[in-house]
Amino acid sequence: MANITEKIAKQFPAASVEEGNIPLITIDDANWHELARMLRDDADLQMDYLVTIVGMDWTESLGCVYYLMSTVHNTMLAVKVATTDRNRPMLHSVADLWAVAVTYEREVYDFFGIIFIGNPDMRRLFLNIDWNGYPLRKDYDENPELNPVSIENERQSDMTDVWVETSDGGVEKKEVEIFKPEDFVVNIGPQHPATHGVLRFRTALDGEEIKKIDVYMGYIHRGVEKLCESLTYPQTLHYMDRLDYFSAHNYHHGLCMLIEKAAGIEISRRAQVIRVMMDELSRIASHCLFIGTYCMDLGATTMLFYALRVREQILDIMEKTCGARMTFNYDCIGGVMQDLAPDFVDDVKALLEVIPANLKEYNKIFTGNVIARGRMEGIGVLDRADAIAYGVTGPSGRASGWACDVRKIRPYSIYQELDFKEIIATEGDSMARFKVRMLEIEESAKILAQLVDNIPEGEYCVKVPKLLKLPAGRWFEMIEGCRGVFGVYLESDGSAKPYRLKLATPCLPLAAVVDHITRGMKIADLITIGGSLDYIVPDMDR
Amino acid sequence: MEVTTKSMPYEAWKDNEYIESLVKQLQESGTNVVVGTFDKLINWGRSNSIWPLTFATSCCGIEFVSLGAARFDMARFGWEVARSSPRQADFMMVAGTIVNRMVPVFRRLYDQLAEPKYVIACGSCAISGGPFRKSYHVAKGIEDIVPVDVFVPGCPPRPEAMIYGIMQLSRKIKVERFFGGVNRKEKQDKFLAEHPVAGVED
Amino acid sequence: MQDLSIITNWIHNFLSSLMPGWLTVTVECLLIGLGLLLVYALLALFYIYYERKLCAAFQCRLGPNRVGPWGLLQSFADMFKMLIKELIELKHVDRFLFALAPYLVIIASMLSFAVLPWGNGLQIIDFNIGIFFLIAVSSIGVLGILLAGWSSNNKFTLIGSLRSGAQMVSYELSIGLSVLTMVCLAGTMSVTGIVEQQSDLWFIFKGHIPAFIAFVIYMIAGTAETNRGPFDLPEAESELTAGYHTEYSGMHFGFFYLAEYLNLFIVSGVASLLFFGGWMPLHIPGWDAFNHIMDYIPSVVWFLGKAFALSFVIIWFKWTFPRLRIDQLLSLEWKYLLPINLFNLVLMVVIIVCNLHF
Repeated sequence: MANITEKIAKQFPAASVEEGNIPLITIDDANWHELARMLRDDADLQMDYLVTIVGMDWTESLGCVYYLMSTVHNTMLAVKVATTDRNRPMLHSVADLWAVAVTYEREVYDFFGIIFIGNPDMRRLFLNIDWNGYPLRKDYDENPELNPVSIENERQSDMTDVWVETSDGGVEKKEVEIFKPEDFVVNIGPQHPATHGVLRFRTALDGEEIKKIDVYMGYIHRGVEKLCESLTYPQTLHYMDRLDYFSAHNYHHGLCMLIEKAAGIEISRRAQVIRVMMDELSRIASHCLFIGTYCMDLGATTMLFYALRVREQILDIMEKTCGARMTFNYDCIGGVMQDLAPDFVDDVKALLEVIPANLKEYNKIFTGNVIARGRMEGIGVLDRADAIAYGVTGPSGRASGWACDVRKIRPYSIYQELDFKEIIATEGDSMARFKVRMLEIEESAKILAQLVDNIPEGEYCVKVPKLLKLPAGRWFEMIEGCRGVFGVYLESDGSAKPYRLKLATPCLPLAAVVDHITRGMKIADLITIGGSLDYIVPDMDR
Repeated sequence: MEVTTKSMPYEAWKDNEYIESLVKQLQESGTNVVVGTFDKLINWGRSNSIWPLTFATSCCGIEFVSLGAARFDMARFGWEVARSSPRQADFMMVAGTIVNRMVPVFRRLYDQLAEPKYVIACGSCAISGGPFRKSYHVAKGIEDIVPVDVFVPGCPPRPEAMIYGIMQLSRKIKVERFFGGVNRKEKQDKFLAEHPVAGVED
Repeated sequence: MQDLSIITNWIHNFLSSLMPGWLTVTVECLLIGLGLLLVYALLALFYIYYERKLCAAFQCRLGPNRVGPWGLLQSFADMFKMLIKELIELKHVDRFLFALAPYLVIIASMLSFAVLPWGNGLQIIDFNIGIFFLIAVSSIGVLGILLAGWSSNNKFTLIGSLRSGAQMVSYELSIGLSVLTMVCLAGTMSVTGIVEQQSDLWFIFKGHIPAFIAFVIYMIAGTAETNRGPFDLPEAESELTAGYHTEYSGMHFGFFYLAEYLNLFIVSGVASLLFFGGWMPLHIPGWDAFNHIMDYIPSVVWFLGKAFALSFVIIWFKWTFPRLRIDQLLSLEWKYLLPINLFNLVLMVVIIVCNLHF
């Protein structure tokens, strides 16, 4: 790592490097794009995966922290770019280097008002066009009269803004059209049975064929990141249940782990094991529901009911221990909320017994079916390079041949000691995405089988101060949610509340990639592809 | 008159006072015998056939899926015919948070439902904004947007609670009058007059 | 085998003794119309219940069981509700066509009822081109669906109805050809004639290989004709919300809803006519005692029983298979079913000419 930072310092004298778990490079905007290009293309660096862009408001300046990762060297870097202009903050876009940056930068623009020069689509992402103010800025006026709840139809434009540099060094705004007047645009969503929630696609069609999709998000944008800034650390936890409600345990795990690392809390091995078991149980439940809803999208309604049977059994196990069916709020800082229910071990064993039979049944009913294969094979192919460029992680990324399982590449908790395979397929089509999930259920069951008899005794939660204060600083942690990499960025100013908590959720890139992989497909394939990506809309909107 | 449904004793219900007040209202206004009988027949049909609109925004929607699954099986009551088109549905289970941007869409969906229509606010988000009440982008309850018939608390409510909520709705339908029944329509019109949709032509 | 035409003749004689000829015909028409409507409604309601219960059974659920005994009255409750639901008037639709479409669909299925062999001597019209008439009127339905989709002025309904048009026109061919195959075997187009021909053995056994192929193709094409899964693209819920009837509410939607189930009945009814002898009991040549016992079961029961059993298969399809995509749907028809069907027709002719059938 040291030689890399040296190399950067040599080439960019303006950059300052802050060593740490993830080295942080601070650079001015003028050199940023050049540095970004070097980070991506240099053979020693190859930072080809943009994990997230964290928009920041440091009151005296606005800026971004970019988290980059190399899929070749498995190294991570953070880059901080800032601007002091609060009225018209501008940074250079990296949308030409990492495809997913288009969406991430739109998000930052939406929350902080930072304009990215060169981004091909500089619209708001979650909020309406006529929204007043930038909500995540520290000086945002929350007066509801500025942005009243209105039943008036939202304003919509077929144009988007692009900011380009002119030859004389200035910046100029240009309007670009999204759809041409002659396009046959069908609006799918936000209330549509196939979008899995309130996502909206404006789809330009040519007969049954899709020419272009413009994804509209924000119909369930609840402002979790802003809400967290006004809550103490333990209070922020419960929002993790409500993002990707299938990965509730995993997200809790991620945030708890980050806070524990920041506060220097060591948790007991028992708590670790319980957490991992709960994570894997959620993964099985989540994948089961995926199988069910996906098959339902394809028209095989009966599969939903078969798949939900296993899920109900898992929910029973969780309910006995956590007391809830969906929003568990189980992991807490220092361990877990309650001890395991007395018959947890027996229940898990019973579950492990039924899983293989159920998987066999699913395969028999659905996977081998000639219609199902015709619908899924070769549909929505996403190759490895695009998966990385779009940051498509999780089972969808692995189906494209990208080994992106955080449990393997940056092991956390006790995953290092566990024996399980990372399921990787190379086809990258809907069928591969489906199969990867099927096989992951088996792997998760394998992890559970290793742990179920080896739950160590000990305390399930260590004592932590009632009013937890973290030292000033910034942390970034990644865990493997059910749908991909869930990153948490935390910046603390030393108080009991987070200064900024950014949740880099896996579903946002999944939505960003939809347009890319549906081009030239049929409308029915949009449903196949959307289903196989398995995005959760509240998770992408936050 | 004890309004109840099959295999549910009257004492097991909550909010009986409310239903009784509706019954009283109904009796006071007096009914013609023939129309009354017709009403009974029609209300039997209406209260036993309430089709939901497939509408879910977040977590509660998943519990609604569970409600349809084999374990809770809402088909027993005849509620499984979830229609995707609002024109054909009878009630809307508002399962999940309604945010500012969703409000116009949501209101339009409500307007598109064919009469007689009902709304169940399901989960704390729909009732009050729930854990997101303080957010800048969340509607603080759907009561300001559409008239609500039944509230089902919980975050998310358990499927059993949802069944109970829909059964309460069914009970409420039973004590409405379809022919002479202005009581509901009036309230609804009043609500809609108080909350007009500005900026839309019709 | 009791002949139900005795009853109908008795009614006819009774009426003609009371009134002049023209009035008799009018009264008879009215009676038939009323009877038809009643049977129509009851069958549709039964079918809705039937499908919901079956679907529940496939999905390990219970299905409707609260309204009436075993939930039998569930579909009646649904119908009551649907009758009083608001009929939404839309602004930018073609009013006339919008209102006409559901009636076209319902009329098409009702007309097909006229030639179904309900029982021995129980048939509304019995004329020498019954099968031809059936195929002709069943195609009116697609017109209704196309109009519904087009007049609603909605992109989803338009896509749904165009899909439906493409699908129906294609699969009509398969239906026609497989029916033709059987007509070859029967040597007549009259419905009674076809039933009578099967008095010793049902056609599916009589025509063995080609009859069986024709049956399989007929069932596939019939499922497609009724827009049911796995061919339910026109109303693919997960793609097009509710397809061509998205904008319909109240009883107008009810008509589409009923027609879907009645078409299911008609398709299975015609299948039972062509392959399983219509109302004809199961007769096996040589087993006289067995044949005699079979005759005691009323012919109406035979017909309905066969129709319900075949519907069971179609419902089973729906709840098992995923949905096809439109291009797969069309290539299935044009690349596979049609050539096989043509070949099958030739095979049938060869078998008849060489007298290889039983």
